[in-house]
Amino acid sequence: MTRGSVIAVLLATVVFMAVPWIVPGNFYINMASQVLIYALFALSLNLMLGYGGMVSLGHAAYLGVAGYTCILLVTAGYNQLTAAVVAVLFSTAFAGVFGVLSLRAPGLGFIMITLAIGQIVWGIAYRANALTGGDNGMSFPARPMPFGFDIQDAKNFYYFTLIVFAIAFFFLWRFSHSPFGASLKGTKEQPRRMRMLGHNVWLIQLLTFVMAGFWASIASVLYVYYNLFLSPHALALQQSAEILLMAILGGATSLTGPIVGALIITLIKNVISTYVERWNSLLGVIFVVVIIFMPYGLVPGCKQLWKRLQSRGKNSAPARTSSEPTE
Amino acid sequence: MTLHRRKVLKGIAASGASLAVLKAPYVQAQAGPMKVGFLTIKTGPLASGGLQMEQGLTVFLKERNNMIAGRQVELHTADTAANPAQARTKTQELVERLNVSVIIGPLAAFEALAIDDYIRSSQTPILTVAGAEDMTQRKANPWLVRASATSAQPSHPVADYAAKELKLKRVATIADDFAFGHECVAGFQRVFEDNGGKVVQKLFSPLNAPDYGTYIAQFKPDLDGIFTGHAGANGLKFIKQLREYGSKVQILGGFTPVDESLLQQMGPEALGAITGNWYSAQLDFPINQKFVAAIQADYKVDPGVYAAETYVSGEVLEAAAKAVGGKIEDKPAFMKALKETNLATSLRGPMKFDEFGNVVGNLYIRKVEKKGDKYVNAVVKTYPNVSQFWTYKQDEFLKNPVYSRDFPPAKNLEN
Repeated sequence: MTRGSVIAVLLATVVFMAVPWIVPGNFYINMASQVLIYALFALSLNLMLGYGGMVSLGHAAYLGVAGYTCILLVTAGYNQLTAAVVAVLFSTAFAGVFGVLSLRAPGLGFIMITLAIGQIVWGIAYRANALTGGDNGMSFPARPMPFGFDIQDAKNFYYFTLIVFAIAFFFLWRFSHSPFGASLKGTKEQPRRMRMLGHNVWLIQLLTFVMAGFWASIASVLYVYYNLFLSPHALALQQSAEILLMAILGGATSLTGPIVGALIITLIKNVISTYVERWNSLLGVIFVVVIIFMPYGLVPGCKQLWKRLQSRGKNSAPARTSSEPTE
Repeated sequence: MTLHRRKVLKGIAASGASLAVLKAPYVQAQAGPMKVGFLTIKTGPLASGGLQMEQGLTVFLKERNNMIAGRQVELHTADTAANPAQARTKTQELVERLNVSVIIGPLAAFEALAIDDYIRSSQTPILTVAGAEDMTQRKANPWLVRASATSAQPSHPVADYAAKELKLKRVATIADDFAFGHECVAGFQRVFEDNGGKVVQKLFSPLNAPDYGTYIAQFKPDLDGIFTGHAGANGLKFIKQLREYGSKVQILGGFTPVDESLLQQMGPEALGAITGNWYSAQLDFPINQKFVAAIQADYKVDPGVYAAETYVSGEVLEAAAKAVGGKIEDKPAFMKALKETNLATSLRGPMKFDEFGNVVGNLYIRKVEKKGDKYVNAVVKTYPNVSQFWTYKQDEFLKNPVYSRDFPPAKNLEN
């Protein structure tokens, strides 16, 4: 870790911790919790997308599997911890099956299979009235009390989400810097060479798939805790696409990109839409502009811009000290 | 530099002054403006209904010069985009950031259900227009009143009319495959079969079905009638296609299929269609005549049921606000006043609420006729004082499961 990145991490921690004091009112604290939840979704998808080059259009399926499992178990009388653990395990196991099926086909075929599986889960949620309440959805009785802490109010729930998010982020950061992460990047760039080197490309991809499914399941449980409600609308293709857009908008090759993407899309959807009636169009315009000027997404794009500015600064005034851009 | 600063200062002073001018009417009101939240859908496939809701409410406020019970109204409109999660966030915004005292909306049942627990915990009075039956039945929310109707409330009298007056025996049903369609059809089936009729076919088409040919081809040739519970433009598409296929069968419907807002695009296909509704643009109450004229003047369309929903909700809000002397911030008292609202005249005729907060009022059987060069929903029969339980006993009604695809069970299906 360079000195720059240590400072960046410390700074980020302080900012995240201070959010409830910076933003005015519960509404914005809740918004911050939502951003974190979506950021976790986007990060989990990015594991596949950014490092493994696997584009999935079925990521919202985990929201369905883990979310409904959790709600059904709690409604059936199981305690919150059991429900959450079983929901995440079941959903992760589902990710295994999902992965085996999807990885049968590379490229476009992969996208279509993930799309199909996502739609199947949505269809079941929509049609199995007796189980899921169909279109009318299901409500979740109450948020749990982890270790006796009350997370009913906005601020406490934000910190709960933040802790989970921080753990997830740490794991994903370790992952991306681990040998396994490097081999995953290898399978994205040069699958044939990786195979030549004796790596089991299929297994690497499957494990990544399952890991992405695991973190998405965690995010799903948080989503249910936050909304206290789940209906098939949350599982629709639109939701999967939105998560994908978050990752791409922010920059799929970086670890912080999906967080930025989640922040922008969530804010436009929920805050800007109060002032701009055609917020969908605004979202579209932003997306197009970003793709034109920063084809790798906002975070890598801005980094590049920063570097260019710095080197220009160096040329004109070589005395200026240079600090490494932080990741 | 100084010149520059002076310019900036001038600009600030000017904008401050203009703000003060804008704020002037608020200052005059005694207790500050009355804050009303409005959840509607402005984007996505349900936006046309959401737009009409906004038209209805705009006309209502315009008629009153933006004053209710002697107080200025500050209306905050939020777009839920027909998405439950977004509906929830928007409701939180209205309540927590904008401090509204009461909410009108949302349109769709799943949105209303998604914010149900939040409405309870934040104790915000809400005047919903969504149809979901259980919101005023088995899972009644104490902070909610519904001045429009449950999904099936208008289906009951249509079934009664079809069985007793039209003497139909064998009817097929078709509706959109989501909760509203299921409930709408279930209410019809129950009353129709209890009065000696038979529902011989029950079809549900996807909400976004591009074509109804495959469904129409399934209908038996010897039907007395077809009941449709399609919402919005789907009703228009279905009826048009049914007639194109040469079927002359009697069309029956719940309160959505031949809405006034779409009727002019339909033409002769819709003639003779019998639907049940709590509203018709043809109602001859003075309030309604004024309303229809205002909507036609401002938006060049006839008001349909969505526009009427928010107008009626506005009337209820006004009556309750007057009852508490304009102090709608006292939520328990205001909620009590809302539920005790008893209007002798309103857009829809006399109306009051039952103990669950659902409306009890007139329901109209309407027939599509041609009046001059316009197609209208002429009122052919009025059922007064209809509750959500129809003529069934409340306890027995509530002991049954909620209306759905599978309840009441269809015993007379022939396919």
